[in-house]
Amino acid sequence: MKVLVPVKRVIDYNVKVRVKSDQSGVDLANVKMSMNPFDEISVEEAVRLKEKGAVEEIVVVSIGPQQAQETLRTALAMGADRGILIKTDDNVEPLAVAKILEKVIGEESPELVILGKQAIDDDSNQTGQMLAALLDWPQGTFASEVILEDGKINVTREIDGGLQTLSLQTPAIVTTDLRLNEPRYASLPNIMKAKKKPIDEKSPGDYGVDTAARLSVVKVTEPPVREAGEKVEDVSELVTKLKAKGAI
Amino acid sequence: MAKAQEITFDSLRPPAPWMDETHSIWRKSVRAFVDKELVPHIEEWEAAGEIPRDIYPKAAEAGLIGMGYPEEYGGAGTDFDRFHGTVTSEELARMAAGGVSSALMIHGIGLPPVMVGGSEDMKREIAPQVLSGKKQISLGITEPGGGSDVAQLKTNAKRSGNGWVVNGSKTYITGGCTSKWLTTAVRTGGEGMGGISLMLIDLEAEGVSRTALPKMGWWASDTATIHFDDVFVPPENLIGEVDRGFVSIMANFNGERLGMAAQAAACARVCIEDAAAWAQQRQTFGKRLADHQVIRHKIAAMCQKVWATTAMLDQLTWRVQNGEQPIAELAMLKVQATETMEFCAREAMQILGGAGFIRGHRVERIYREVRVMAIGGGSEEIMRDLASRQLGL
Ligand SMILES: Cc1cc2nc3c(=O)[nH]c(=O)nc-3n(C[C@H](O)[C@H](O)[C@H](O)COP(=O)(O)OP(=O)(O)OC[C@H]3O[C@@H](n4cnc5c(N)ncnc54)[C@H](O)[C@@H]3O)c2cc1C
Repeated sequence: MKVLVPVKRVIDYNVKVRVKSDQSGVDLANVKMSMNPFDEISVEEAVRLKEKGAVEEIVVVSIGPQQAQETLRTALAMGADRGILIKTDDNVEPLAVAKILEKVIGEESPELVILGKQAIDDDSNQTGQMLAALLDWPQGTFASEVILEDGKINVTREIDGGLQTLSLQTPAIVTTDLRLNEPRYASLPNIMKAKKKPIDEKSPGDYGVDTAARLSVVKVTEPPVREAGEKVEDVSELVTKLKAKGAI
Repeated sequence: MAKAQEITFDSLRPPAPWMDETHSIWRKSVRAFVDKELVPHIEEWEAAGEIPRDIYPKAAEAGLIGMGYPEEYGGAGTDFDRFHGTVTSEELARMAAGGVSSALMIHGIGLPPVMVGGSEDMKREIAPQVLSGKKQISLGITEPGGGSDVAQLKTNAKRSGNGWVVNGSKTYITGGCTSKWLTTAVRTGGEGMGGISLMLIDLEAEGVSRTALPKMGWWASDTATIHFDDVFVPPENLIGEVDRGFVSIMANFNGERLGMAAQAAACARVCIEDAAAWAQQRQTFGKRLADHQVIRHKIAAMCQKVWATTAMLDQLTWRVQNGEQPIAELAMLKVQATETMEFCAREAMQILGGAGFIRGHRVERIYREVRVMAIGGGSEEIMRDLASRQLGL
């Protein structure tokens, strides 16, 4: 089986983002960037499937600036086999990403595509679902367990009421949730080996997809500052305070 | 005016022209390991006076322990450069717990002499156990009678049968209580540097006793005085040639100094990060600390020293990478780096005020680690003296 894993370069989860003074977005200058954590989980899952012998090839693809090559290289160091960098400096929205991926899938014919459930920069949580719709493939989103069995993909999903297990026909789309696995660290020897793995360079134009924005950002603001809470000694004090505030 | 950049541990690391994406990916790997496996336990391990043994195999699996050692000996390979080593040192220093990193990476000074001078059998027996994190190996040079003047060391090894009998003591030995082996400098011949050999001593052998030493800082690394009372050392445990140990000891120091310089400069960056964050938040006399010129200038002065040190570090790393052994420059780099760390620890403490004096603050810990960095691995005085002799003075 061949697996395709899209990976996105995003602001590192440790960075405290700052809103630009003109409120047009957040400041990206000199900010540390990393692979989207959910995509790390996707890569890890694909690599584990490969280690179990269920998968022969893992292709990783990233749509983004030249520096997204490092994101691909990280995935290659974790165990993916080759990469495709679709170079653009534009901010590509989920629909355009899904359309590009649709074309990539047309060329690569993977039987499974594993995406992160969302990217931590815009938290859209749309690409996987849009891609499934464009391809008319079954989808298992928010996966906490993925098992390949008898040509089927059994996906356990985290839903509000608990866990739901779906059995998907291939080819299929899976999006990963936090508890699916714990991604490995890229080890130094594997990082050095990844240098020799191939990365193809393309552009959105090669796939005939227009990446022009369809959404416009009206304004980005900091969340309101939360006021400090009050500590109480016991329940009766809590009740008294709540009564005094007219809350109960 | 929009802020040009933030002052953080990362922004204080100027890009080295010799670092590429492999260094950046490796940096992220080490950081992820450190943040997940080490940082949450620092307080606990500092209080315990050692790190748990099961952290070594984890670090080995992450590729930290085996880097630089051939795969045939259980290492993670040698297909990378000195800048990857710098990255490792910097990222381990970022947690501001030199005790944890020196205990974890103790093989970094103990194992190289074995790999350079040990017999094939010795390498095959020791290296895989150390590099997989099962056992540890320390380095024993310093003695109660003196550390700087290595040529005068007194622990002696006398021929006995076909092996040796060792008597004497070593002190301030990192990992001395917990390591399985000690790469030990002993006197096998006459006085001075020409009578010194290196031997591998099993610290569980009969006649070895060890005493833990409480310290000012680096609590999480166990440090010991080790006594040898008629300890028999089999002949195959000799490392290199008899009476030729001094040169190996000195060569081993060069690598250690580059690593310590990277570590000290990174500790200085931690101090600046914490002090700058505090200065931009803490208000005194109606304005932020950073708005008082005295404080602002302290931060600028710290950055100035860190950038100068890091530039020197990168340039020397590059020279070592290209096969040079710039002994004088490496010695001066170590001094440059530890003085920078000392300066930044002091200034950051001043900026933090009382808060910095309270236990649990990164800067408070670094402050207590300054002296071991400035004394261990060759003190500032000895480094300057070595440099000036190398320069032909
Ligand atoms: C926490 C810790 C861990 C350590 N780990 C190890 C280890 O694992 N293995 C190991 O072998 N050693 C270890 N050491 C020992 C360390 O390398 C020595 O402390 C160091 O080499 C200095 O030796 P000394 O302490 O005997 O000081 P001394 O040599 O007695 O020197 C005392 C002072 O005099 C100065 N001085 C000495 N000679 C001169 C001179 N000619 N001119 C001017 N000034 C001079 C020195 O700079 C120093 O300031 C460790 C030390 C510490 C504190």
